[in-house]
Amino acid sequence: MSGIFVVIEERQGRIGRISWEAVAAASVLARQTSAKVNAIVIGAQTEQFAAETAKRISGKVIRIEHSLLASYTCDGFSLALEQFIRAESPEFLVFPHTYQVRDYVPALAARFGRVLIGDVVGIEEGPTFTRQLMQGRLTGSYRASGAGPVFVSVQSGAFRADTAETVAAEASVFTPAIDSTQIRTKPGEPFRDSAQTVDLGSAQAIVAVGRGIREAENLGMIQELATALGAEVAASRPICDNGWLPIERQVGSSGQTVAPKLYLAVGISGAIQHLVGMKGSQCIVAVNKDPEAPIFEVAHYGIVGDLFEVIPALTEAVKAAHQ
Amino acid sequence: MKIIVAVKQVPERDAPVRVAASRQWIEEADLQFSMNESDAYALEEALQLKEKVGGEVVVISAGPERVATTIREALAKGADRAIHVECDDMAKRDALGVARLLAEAVRSENPDLVLTGLQSDDLGYGQTGVIMAELLSLPHASLILHVEKTDSGITVKRELEEGWFQNIELPTPAVLMIQSGGTKLRYATLMGIKRAKTKELRKVTAADLGIENEPVVTLESISLPQKQTSTQILQGTAKETAATLVEKLKFEVRVL
Repeated sequence: MSGIFVVIEERQGRIGRISWEAVAAASVLARQTSAKVNAIVIGAQTEQFAAETAKRISGKVIRIEHSLLASYTCDGFSLALEQFIRAESPEFLVFPHTYQVRDYVPALAARFGRVLIGDVVGIEEGPTFTRQLMQGRLTGSYRASGAGPVFVSVQSGAFRADTAETVAAEASVFTPAIDSTQIRTKPGEPFRDSAQTVDLGSAQAIVAVGRGIREAENLGMIQELATALGAEVAASRPICDNGWLPIERQVGSSGQTVAPKLYLAVGISGAIQHLVGMKGSQCIVAVNKDPEAPIFEVAHYGIVGDLFEVIPALTEAVKAAHQ
Repeated sequence: MKIIVAVKQVPERDAPVRVAASRQWIEEADLQFSMNESDAYALEEALQLKEKVGGEVVVISAGPERVATTIREALAKGADRAIHVECDDMAKRDALGVARLLAEAVRSENPDLVLTGLQSDDLGYGQTGVIMAELLSLPHASLILHVEKTDSGITVKRELEEGWFQNIELPTPAVLMIQSGGTKLRYATLMGIKRAKTKELRKVTAADLGIENEPVVTLESISLPQKQTSTQILQGTAKETAATLVEKLKFEVRVL
């Protein structure tokens, strides 16, 4: 049982930052055990991604290649990695916590009688792994026990990706035995529901609204404040789920990622799915009645109070400042 | 179509969270509980499928005695019968441990579909459905917003990141993890609540199922999160805090 392996994720021809953050998390484990960080790329043609990855790690790159791995399926990826794990017996497998990883790694781990420690935000001596509970209102410390590989996935933004390039590591190809009859699902091409007409990514200021607004009828005051500020209106998932605002205004892991100069979060508790989409904003202001709401952990300025009093007062003050 | 829906009872969204003296879980004594949000969507999807193609919806929930209220709610909304897996140490079981309980409890039912929510609002592992599929040797798909029956199985609409979607075809039986927001949730009717009282609620225990609690991942301690940035809380009345904030926006953030 040895070695730390990061499973790199490629999406639409690119390796995203979250994969390099997983490499950074693996480096924390590597320092604890004086091991090197190895990486795995999976697909039908992995040469280019392997070359890109080789410059970012200290160990070796494994190219798990098979024509049936051209597009992601849970069955294909689980089988391929299962065979690699049985052959190599790695000690740690580190993944970026993406939708794809959530879809297959719990099943893969269960094949070895193991459990994925998912959505990890910190790694301490031990190792113990920190992850959030109760929608970010609590932190839990986890430890794996028993024999077998430890499966870990890391949350977007929790570890800082190292952009420095090293001497290219060596790469080798691992060819899994997969039969097309073993792949039970048929995935279709990705699509979007409608053309995006709002580009929240380029907005200087955003007023975002969450569950605290209670009723669709109350959205008017949010719009009024946004207009006064010259800001775009955005929302957390529940508001778009209810159909109160179009999904293209949703910020978070299932919506857009934004980093404006000002992000004013109104009645948003700050579940992690929302925070990952906005925590890079330059100035975050939170208005919430609950002083314990996780949004206050990322906010620079906070107002603890009733948004139905604070927002109209704020709109008036902003209008007055313009005059 | 026989559809099993696994639902979890979790603390109310805005319930006050206090760390218990053991530091291993929260104080539950004065908490209110409700059905986990994405599980409510899983139940709704199951009920709509049944209304379209016929069949039976069986709800299953693991947890202590209080879980019965959530099971009754599911029955009142239209589930036909229920299985309660009695278990007092849910927070001490890892995702595999919980999935084992549920998988063994539904195995003999031979369902066409097993639906779960995407993720629980308390522990948030988001793995139960995927592991159940593995234990039951069934294909699965996660983050599902919509399910359509076809001649050979089902077609599902899966959410990808950043506003993208994908359709996936699966044979049945299959396991699906349902994302919130794919449809509108129904309320229980008075008639539904009345009928729920006469519906079958079968109880099983972990011991009946022959499952020990042998976690391979343990939650060692919980704590309140440490603040990452120093938040400056603005004090005063609504008018005063608004005035202070406008000053900050004008002279520090420079967006006004």
